[in-house]
Formats: sequence, structure tokens, C-alpha cells
Amino acid sequence: MSLSFQKRPALVAYVTCGDPDLATTRAVVLAAIEAGADVIELGVPFSDPVADGPVIQRASERALRHGTSLEQVLRLGKEVRSKSQAGLIIFSYLNPILRMGLTKFSAALEDAGIDGVLITDLPVEEAGDYLREMRKRRLDTVFLAAPTSPDHRLKQIAKASSGFVYAVSRTGVTGARKQLPKDARELVRRLRRHTKLPIAVGFGISSAEQFAAVGEFAEAAVVGSAIVETIERNPGKEPEAVAQFVGQLLAAPPQLSARQGQR
Amino acid sequence: MATSTIPRRNNDSTKTRGRFGVYGGRYVPETLMSALDDLEHAYEKAKRDRKFQSRLDELLRTYAGRPTPLFFAHRLTEKLGGAKIYLKREDLLHTGAHKINNCLGQALLAERMGKRRIIAETGAGQHGVATATVCALFGFECVVYMGTEDMQRQELNVFRMRLLGAEVRTVESGSRTLKDAINEAMRDWVTNVRTTHYLLGSVLGAHPYPTMVRDFQRVIGLEARAQILKAEGRLPNAIIACVGGGSNSIGIFHHFIKDKRVKLIGVEAGGRGEMLGDHAARFRGGSPGVLQGTFSYVLQDAAGQIANTHSVSAGLDYPSIGPEHAWLKDTGRAEYVPASDEEALEGCTLLARTEGIIPALESAHAVAELTKRAPTMKKSEIVIVNVSGRGDKDVGILRKNLKLG
Repeated sequence: MSLSFQKRPALVAYVTCGDPDLATTRAVVLAAIEAGADVIELGVPFSDPVADGPVIQRASERALRHGTSLEQVLRLGKEVRSKSQAGLIIFSYLNPILRMGLTKFSAALEDAGIDGVLITDLPVEEAGDYLREMRKRRLDTVFLAAPTSPDHRLKQIAKASSGFVYAVSRTGVTGARKQLPKDARELVRRLRRHTKLPIAVGFGISSAEQFAAVGEFAEAAVVGSAIVETIERNPGKEPEAVAQFVGQLLAAPPQLSARQGQR
Repeated sequence: MATSTIPRRNNDSTKTRGRFGVYGGRYVPETLMSALDDLEHAYEKAKRDRKFQSRLDELLRTYAGRPTPLFFAHRLTEKLGGAKIYLKREDLLHTGAHKINNCLGQALLAERMGKRRIIAETGAGQHGVATATVCALFGFECVVYMGTEDMQRQELNVFRMRLLGAEVRTVESGSRTLKDAINEAMRDWVTNVRTTHYLLGSVLGAHPYPTMVRDFQRVIGLEARAQILKAEGRLPNAIIACVGGGSNSIGIFHHFIKDKRVKLIGVEAGGRGEMLGDHAARFRGGSPGVLQGTFSYVLQDAAGQIANTHSVSAGLDYPSIGPEHAWLKDTGRAEYVPASDEEALEGCTLLARTEGIIPALESAHAVAELTKRAPTMKKSEIVIVNVSGRGDKDVGILRKNLKLG
């Protein structure tokens, strides 16, 4: 029960919880783990997801339509934990957590057996109280590093992070892109100077080729919007569709593409 | 009249990384952090640069039309039968509202930072028009995000922005109002942060915006203070201003905060009722939370999801409030009251018919509070109302709501 990356690259899979409903999310998460996902990011839907592109915005709206709450997501995490030892992270905007209260939140995380948290709109400068609460219970705190983060910030980010560091592959919101930007490799190289933690690269990764390419320079790749879109497009058979998608991601890519990825 | 409009010295909130008491701060995705640092440094440097100051002052004077008059509302004073009423006429500024003060300041900053693409959000369209205007003046590329609900009710301003050469992008998400336009502008900024300046229109968002926008707007209070001293030889007993994000109100309040005997009264949108979703009175139904970069009072549900809001005036239709207002509220230095849609509409008609001034529906909320308060004050007392904008943009809504035959 900790964040560990078994293969390279490891797969960190994001889902928006409650899209289309919590029972489906649970089935999707278990199917993704079964298909080979190492860590699951349990996304807490938020009314104003400023860091997200259209796919996750739509998923959040669907999840909020029937009132999916942080409390329910924590309960879902506990259910998943009773069935699996895969890494579990809460991925959220700050306000739902503030509303619950940091103490209650961290206690619930511990109780559920969830490993850690990533808060999209909480930069290291504002994270003092949060870090204290999380450290008390030995919970992991994953922070984002961006291509626009200067070295002095990367140092702070590395210091505040535990479990792994999340390297944002490019400037922009979440969502699939055809190509893996050059920014990502450069950012990971800069981050390495400040940390020995594993690094997961995310934002825009949707194909087996991109996934394999990330493995050349980082320990893990985060896939979010592509999974959420798979859920959106396969009503009634979400778990099977996600399992199949994850299987494709993890399958060795064709040689040609792998070479392209190395360039 | 003082010419230096923004304070040259470091002030309160810059030392505490944008905190007003516990409120404020900087809650944004990491990608934006360095841009906010750059903006903060550029602003700190510009503040101390006499050339920047004098260029801004000149533009405010020769382009925007400052200083704006402080007008003694004789007939309104008689009609309400209490305090002497003065109106600070921000509605007379170029583009029709106080928004231009901030836009000129930020445009000068963007120019210094070498950023020639400007994005902005707009609710009522007044900030959008002011942004489009300064972009035309400076030769910047301009993209304005606006919710489709607001585009319908502020049609005229959409056309004005386009006429000025701005691209108006429609926002279909959420409640399709100001909050959603800010979300979209933030998504654009996070994508194009290296080339783009986000010209935020109110004292909202991450540090340094609440401080910087306040500084660009405090010229209102600076002038009002000198003007009332000249006219009456003393400070007013009360100042009333409407509060959406809170830029016109903090602009007129700020120079009076230390004068403890001057009552500062902010008027929020009471909308059509007291239920969550029917108003935008953050201090009546809200609680502390983080929205769009800052920690302040927020209208939200029990699970921390941001609530929908309603107001007849698009400019007040927003679920959070500038963090400095939250601090002024908690410390008791300012008091905040709601005025309903109906009261605002009445306030608008009253000012139109007694003084020949059609205020923006936003500013009409301040007039509504004035009608309750002035009669309870002594005839020797003085009240200033900030008429933050003119009502031309609202004629369509007024026509629908007022049955004038």
C-alpha cells in the first residue's frame, strides 16, 4: 500500500469520479488496475476546473449533476482499497478540501488507505498547513512542476513532494495532443537535479507511442483525458472499454513509432 | 489635485504575498506561478518609475477624462430629505465606467513586459470594452471571453468590442456568466502564458491582481477626498459603492480606510431572493473558500462546489468578492448590505428622474442603498455615492423591466 512504479513507464490513470456514476467509476478503476495501471488518480469533480480542457470539464459536469462529493470519492477510495493494493491518489481542486477541512480530510484519507493527494491549484507557497496535516499521517503530497517553473521553484516543488513529482508536459490545460512536446523531456532533466523521487509526466498523453516515449526519460506517464473520453464514448460498457484501452497503451508499440519517440 | 495616482511605496499586501488578513494569496496551477511572479516584479518596478507614473497620469487625464467631477445632487438630496448627497461621476469616463482606470495601467505594464497579446474576461461588458479600447490604443491583439448569457443581456457592448477590433469569444460552460468567462480566460492564459498578459478587470484573482487593480482604481478616492474637502471643507460621513468583484468600491474606499469616522458601505447584488442561486450577496450567504486564485468569501454548497448566482446586473453577478473586501468586512471597517434587483431598478429610475443621470444597473445598487440610508441621516451629514458607470448599456434590460408605456 504505497506509491510504487513496477514497470517503466508505469501507468498513472486518471478518472473523474462519479462520471457517469460512482458504481461505474469503481468498476472502471478496478478494471484499469487489472489491465495494468500502477497508480489511480481519483479525480474529484469541481464546478470550476480552470486547469482542465473540455473532456474533463464535461466529465465534471456529468458527475456534479448527481452531486458527486469529495466525501463520496473518499468512500470510493476505501472500497477500491479493500480490493486492490494499487497506488491511490486523490486529485482535486482546493476548495472542496478546504470546505471539508484539512484535518477531517487527512483523517479520512488515512482511514480509506489512500496514499496521497495532488491539488491542482495549490502551489507550494500556499501549502504550509496542508503539508503539516499530510505529514502527520505519512500521506504523500504530489506537486505539479511546469515547463514555466524556474529552477528555484523546481527545488521547492521537489522538496515539498513525496511519492512522486508530476511534470506537466506543456503549458496548457488537460487534454490529448498528437505529439509529445519537447518541453517535457527538458523539464524532467531539470527536475532530476533537485530530486531522487520518481517523475510522472502528464498532460496530453493518449497513445501507446507517446506512452512508450515517456518511458525513455521518466518513470511514469499519466493518462487522463484519453481515459475519460473512453468512458464518455462507451456508455454501458465503460469498464471493458477502459481495460481494452489500457491494454493497448501498455502493449509494446510498433518499432517505427518507438524510434520516432526516441528522436 | 494630486497627480501621482498609484502609491510609489511598497504597501501592506505586497509584503505579505498578497494577503489581506487571512484572505488573498495565490491559488493557481503551477504553470501560471512564474508569470504571476514576473507580473508582480514588473508592477513593483513600474510603481517606482516616475516615467510610468507620469505616462499613466497623462493618459488618465487626456484620454480617459480624469479627474471626474464630484457632483452635488441637489434635487435628490431634497427628495430623500436627509444627508447631503454627492455623486462621484465615474460614469463620465471614456468607455462609460471606472474600468478604464485599471485597463490603462495594465496596458502600460503589458507594454513594459513585452506582451502584445491581451486576454480579458467580462461580465457586463464594461471591462471588455475598456480592454478592447486600450488594446486599440496600444496596438495589442485582444481576446475577450464572455458568457453567452451576458452576451445576450449586454449585446451592445459585444458589438462595441468587435467594433474596436477585439475578438469576443463565447463561453458556454457553467452559468455562462462572469465566473465562467474567468475560467476560460485562465485556461487561455495557462496555454499562452509566455506571450500573453491577462488583463483581469477586478480586485480578484491571484496576487498581485487584487493589490495592483486596487492601486489603479484608488485614484477615484484620491480625487473624491480632495473634491469633498474643497466643496465642504470636511470629509464625508459615508461612502456608498456597489460591489461585484469590488474594484470601484475599493477604489473609492481605499483612501478613506484610515479615516475611521467615514462609514464605508458596499452594496452587493441581492438579486431576486435569499436562496442560494438567487443572488450574489457573498457576505449574506457565502463562506471563506478559494475560487479562481484567491481566498475570500464564496457562495458555495456544503461540498465546496461553487454556487450559481443571479443579479439583474451582469457586473455584480459573481460568486466571490475581492479578498480585501473580505478583510474589511471581518475587521468591521466596511459594512456590506444587499440591494435587490427591484430596488436597483427603482434606484436607476430615481436617479434618472431627479438628476438626469442614468446609472449602470451595477451603480444603481448603490443608489438603492442611498435611498434607505440618506433619509436616516442628519441634514448636516454628507454622503458620497460612487456612480461607477453609465446606464446606456442597460437600456435594453431597463426597457424590459420598467413599464413606461
